[in-house]
Amino acid sequence: MVNPTVVVDDLHVVYKVYGAGGDKGTAATALMRVVKRQRRPSVREVHAIRGVSFVVNHGDAIGIIGRNGSGKSTLLQAIAGLLPPERGCVYTSGQAALLGVNAALLDDLTGERNIVLGCLAMGMSKQEVKDNYQSVVDFSGVDPAFINYPMRTYSTGMAQRLRFSIASAKSHEILMIDEALATGDANFRAKSHDKIMELRGEAGTVFLVAHNLAEVEASCNRVIWLEKGKIMREGEDVPAIIDAYLEATGGVPRKRDTVAENDHTS
Amino acid sequence: MSEPVRDTGGSSTLTDDTKSGDEVSAQTYDGMSLAELAKHYQLRPSAARPGMFAYGRQLWERRHFIMGFATARNVAMYTEARLGQLWQVLTPLLNAAVYYLIFGLILNTSRGVPKFLPFLITGIFIFNFTQRAFITTSRVITDSLPLIRALPFPRGCLPIGYVMIELQQLVMSMVILTAIVLATGQPLTWYWLLAIPALGLQSMFNAGMGLFLARLGAGADDFGQLMPFLVRTWMYTSGVMFSIETISSLKNHPTIVYLLQINPAAVYISLVRNSILLTQRQSWRGSAPYNNQLCVQYYKAAENTHSPTSQLLLSAHCHGPISIDQLWLWGVGWAVLALVVGYVFFWQAETRYGRG
Repeated sequence: MVNPTVVVDDLHVVYKVYGAGGDKGTAATALMRVVKRQRRPSVREVHAIRGVSFVVNHGDAIGIIGRNGSGKSTLLQAIAGLLPPERGCVYTSGQAALLGVNAALLDDLTGERNIVLGCLAMGMSKQEVKDNYQSVVDFSGVDPAFINYPMRTYSTGMAQRLRFSIASAKSHEILMIDEALATGDANFRAKSHDKIMELRGEAGTVFLVAHNLAEVEASCNRVIWLEKGKIMREGEDVPAIIDAYLEATGGVPRKRDTVAENDHTS
Repeated sequence: MSEPVRDTGGSSTLTDDTKSGDEVSAQTYDGMSLAELAKHYQLRPSAARPGMFAYGRQLWERRHFIMGFATARNVAMYTEARLGQLWQVLTPLLNAAVYYLIFGLILNTSRGVPKFLPFLITGIFIFNFTQRAFITTSRVITDSLPLIRALPFPRGCLPIGYVMIELQQLVMSMVILTAIVLATGQPLTWYWLLAIPALGLQSMFNAGMGLFLARLGAGADDFGQLMPFLVRTWMYTSGVMFSIETISSLKNHPTIVYLLQINPAAVYISLVRNSILLTQRQSWRGSAPYNNQLCVQYYKAAENTHSPTSQLLLSAHCHGPISIDQLWLWGVGWAVLALVVGYVFFWQAETRYGRG
């Protein structure tokens, strides 16, 4: 049954990158640029998505695969409406949300304040924050004695657990999961895996960006392979596309992708 | 892979509208183009801008986030310090102490103003609110880019939140200011309550300008760099450290005095001064019937550094550029103008702030 929740129509996304290099970066060269009326070379526009179209139906779980810098994260941001399209359009049935609130949290604040701030940032009302507060603390497994300490005093694992708990406190109609969110010790990894499964159950549509291809194969019914901002292959024959992708990338996929989506590796 | 880099330079692209849907897409789905398909199933563009009034409603729904964001920033500002939140009070107190040292003890000048010290510190604190709001909001979009690219919320929350941060700081400053003003012998009167609407209008003005500057600053970082200098120039023309009317070189240029006095910073500073400083109300030009003899007497007194307050209060008998009532009208006018223009200007680029 056709029931589209996301339609991506010939999408192009361009964003600016500052400090991309290109001159010596001294005041003298900057002055010469002004005199010669040249533009600043260190501000570059990256054409990250170049003409992508697809339709996603209710109940679909879409895996997005591709090398570093192929535009996977940018595509998700464009679907969520966070990056405006340069050309083309993304249509959605509701607000698509990326799972993650790291950018809204402040390390100098206590865990308690961060939970409130993170939940408010995700669009919860004051009452919803109150209702969810205890379950976030419980799920994170952060020692109640630590919840009133600034987050910068937390161990890496503890902070990651709290961030994941806050991010997963809200369910979304269109859920987008970028990279491996399940971190921490083995016990928490299992717990967060279950939580993601639960959120995916609640969401009508799920996008999953992962480098763990086994995970994509196990849980997605469709896969999109991005290459340099374009769709290389796309379809419901997940194992075949993953095999082709593995072959193209030399058999051994990278284990980790970093935040720098647009470093020019090839 | 060098292809995706298009060298089209760093000029602001926040002014051109994104083209969407004006190209016929090649792909079809069940015989419909993708745009038709989306329309058929009532899907909406994810980067669509809400209507002007709907946007205001969205901002109102996010008020708890705005306040939470402001409070969180203020709290986080001092967590590394041993004295912690005490700095919220200590910062304005030390500011006042520096000005007392320089103007009260070292220069010891009245500059034709009765009770100069509370006059000066009121001016500094009130201007500081606008100054900080202008500087921080002109950088807010660049500074918050990771947040903008991670979570959907009306972007107007950010500049308004930054103005709220400064408002919270101002409340602390006002506590200190009250203590200083009372300590310098000014009486506590019902007029003090007028400081609340005056600061309310100033906050509206700052929020409106904050929205305006946030969009300007989003296009080019250079603007954020230039802002501190612009604001400092503004400070020296707004009668923060002197009374605009007492500048001797402007004695015969009433138009310039008038223009300086109706500039928003001078308006809000004067309104607050008039509400909490009795001597300011008593010495306001034009507040007493015109009397040339007494006015001349005032100008003589203003030349001396140690004239008694009673002589300096005679300025009330001189011609004034503007009455206090007119000042309130200007205060309301600037606030409404800034808010309307800033809101519309910021809202127009709502979907493009994520581009950087």
